[in-house]
Amino acid sequence: MKKSIFTILALIVVASMVLAACGPKVVPFECTDAIGCVDVAPGEPIHIAYALVISGADETLGVDSRNGIEVAMALKGQLLGHDVQLTGEDDGCSAEGGQAAGTKLAADPTIVAVIGTSCSSAARVALPLLSGAGFSVVSPSNTAPDLTLEGNENNWPGYLRTAHSDLHQGAAAARFAFESLKVTKAATIHDGSLYAEKLQEVFANSFVELGGTITAQEAVDPNGTDFKSALTSIAAGEPEMIYYPIFVKAGSLITRQAKEVPGLETTYLMGADGMFSPDVVEGAGEAVEGLYVSSPDLAAFAAEYQSVFLPKYEELFGTQPISIFHAHAHDAAMIIFAAIEKVAVQDEDGTLHIGRQALRDALYATADFKGLTGNLTCSPTGDCANPVIAAYQYHVGEYPPTKVWP
Amino acid sequence: MFRNWMQRITLTDVVIWAIGLAILIGVIWGSIVTLGTGKYSTATWIDLTLIGLALGGVYALIALGYTLVYGILRMINFAHSEVFMSGPFTATFAAWALVGAGWWNKYPILSLLIVLGVSAVVSSIIAVLLERIAYRPLRTAPRLVPLITAIGASFFLQYVFRGLYGSGLKGYPEMTILQGFWMLGSIRVFKTQAVAIVGAVIMMLILYGIVQWTKLGKAMRSVSENKEVAALMGIDVDKTISRTFAIGGAAAGMAGILYLLLFPVAHFFMGFFPGLKAFTAAVLGGIGNVPGAFLGAMMLGLLESVGPSLFLDGLGIPAPYQLKDAIAFSVLVLILIFRPTGILGERLAQAKA
Repeated sequence: MKKSIFTILALIVVASMVLAACGPKVVPFECTDAIGCVDVAPGEPIHIAYALVISGADETLGVDSRNGIEVAMALKGQLLGHDVQLTGEDDGCSAEGGQAAGTKLAADPTIVAVIGTSCSSAARVALPLLSGAGFSVVSPSNTAPDLTLEGNENNWPGYLRTAHSDLHQGAAAARFAFESLKVTKAATIHDGSLYAEKLQEVFANSFVELGGTITAQEAVDPNGTDFKSALTSIAAGEPEMIYYPIFVKAGSLITRQAKEVPGLETTYLMGADGMFSPDVVEGAGEAVEGLYVSSPDLAAFAAEYQSVFLPKYEELFGTQPISIFHAHAHDAAMIIFAAIEKVAVQDEDGTLHIGRQALRDALYATADFKGLTGNLTCSPTGDCANPVIAAYQYHVGEYPPTKVWP
Repeated sequence: MFRNWMQRITLTDVVIWAIGLAILIGVIWGSIVTLGTGKYSTATWIDLTLIGLALGGVYALIALGYTLVYGILRMINFAHSEVFMSGPFTATFAAWALVGAGWWNKYPILSLLIVLGVSAVVSSIIAVLLERIAYRPLRTAPRLVPLITAIGASFFLQYVFRGLYGSGLKGYPEMTILQGFWMLGSIRVFKTQAVAIVGAVIMMLILYGIVQWTKLGKAMRSVSENKEVAALMGIDVDKTISRTFAIGGAAAGMAGILYLLLFPVAHFFMGFFPGLKAFTAAVLGGIGNVPGAFLGAMMLGLLESVGPSLFLDGLGIPAPYQLKDAIAFSVLVLILIFRPTGILGERLAQAKA
């Protein structure tokens, strides 16, 4: 009796094996990628994460970028038959925020790629974590030169950006100051952040190269409120212009307080792309009149920016863009989508396999990609931008500011 | 006598005195170098001093809240910085309403008084509620408990106001009559700074008067001496403590308006640094002591404003104003090492003993 049961069982096993061999032949996917693969089962979304500043005084910068990503998702629709899911963390526009966001995101293996960070200070801390987790990271608004300098300790594998390097912005701002405003003495202020410190340094070097003099390179606390004493000390050098490429909160306060410091009443004031926000108009009040900012040139953007992107943005969020890096975020999302389409291996049931190293390679190989911010070609160190920098000028109660140069 | 003194001295004392001496030499050397180069004109020094005094006045009014509460409850009310934020942040909206109604520049004095009133009342209410809800139930608990509660209450208030008014910046409207400056002889004084300095001094005198010469002040002082005995003498301890919080809150609310005159942007985090500085000022002057808080705050304001230019610049430190907070807190550490009771603290301790 026992023997016969065993025989039947054996027969069933053999029969099932024979049947299986006759059915459709399935070769299980084998991941050969150097740093692993992400598998996306049928019906599951492709998981993209962001690490942007979405709270606090600089929130418009990050929220605007997030809106740009969502516009890109809406325009793209499904990717290889899968939805795209966007989740994210707040980078706080600070090293601490970058640490927290990086740690949380790195713990989630379903993430394919990360869009972020908003601020270079956050990037410096978050990138080791995100890069270490095998993600591809594309930033829409990190501009500190270090991050894509070959051999620099802040240049991490898998990191790219659609924002310009400040080597361009600082030089352009210096040219604008020297050639267009015709100033020969300038002072700079930074807040100790990677972004501001490097940008004012590039500005100062370019300005001196052009033949100008730098009277002071002051630094302030980004969370401080009293900048009058620092400005009074700067005023002693009698600069004709102050360049303070910092963020919204301290930037607005400096704009207001500079008008009340003896000797600075007629000094030109200039910020950078971090201060391209309606919050500056609100925070600086009447003092905003005449404030310059250097920033990517919106007029140099592709025609689709006006015809497709902006209407979609307004439709989704009911407002005009609230900062300057929405198009860069859109482009960051689009080059990631294109790279995923290029490298993903699809099973017949719809399961996707995305090799992490393959995705990075595909991103670095991006060439002549038609983005909103221009034709993007990524360098081996991750610079994808095609930067055209302009100078804008604020007027009381008006946003966006008016382009004045070139 | 000398041997006695020699025996009492320890290695730690020697090291501490050496550090103190080194810092003193550094400060003097830096100042001499800066003054020697003549980089800053007399007018610049006067401007810096006035900024420092105005800032000091604001710190003094906030410090008063810390000092009064410490005097009476022996606890540091770390949520005081949020009491300071709540009033002026609310008053900013009142100010814009006045601008909208066209009163702001038409009746400037009245508008300023309304805004001051709104700010003082809101801050005062928040302070009293804070005491009633967060501190009174814990009055008999170990000393660490209300301290932790205070920190929690501070976060709570910050995020409540963030939820109420948003996380962005809210500009405070400027008043036409307060723009520009007055000339005092050859000294140029900005009107906002003058108002802040004079306002702070007047409010400080009023508050000192309340503590020193009114019945309420007498009750406050006796409760701070000994709660049980004060209660036996027929003083309502709970009511007195409540009123102390109300006075401290009102002072913080008015300080907030002076602060907005100087730095006209409100946001939910605006209380943190001024609060921290005012706490430092209170400790500097001798916590629990009202004139001490004033003295400490003025000193701190001046050090922050003049210090970086005066001695850090001379020592060749680049971007000295980045270190103004470092100066403030270094001074705190030094004071705590050499004079743990603060500048005027000892008199108080002796008087109490």
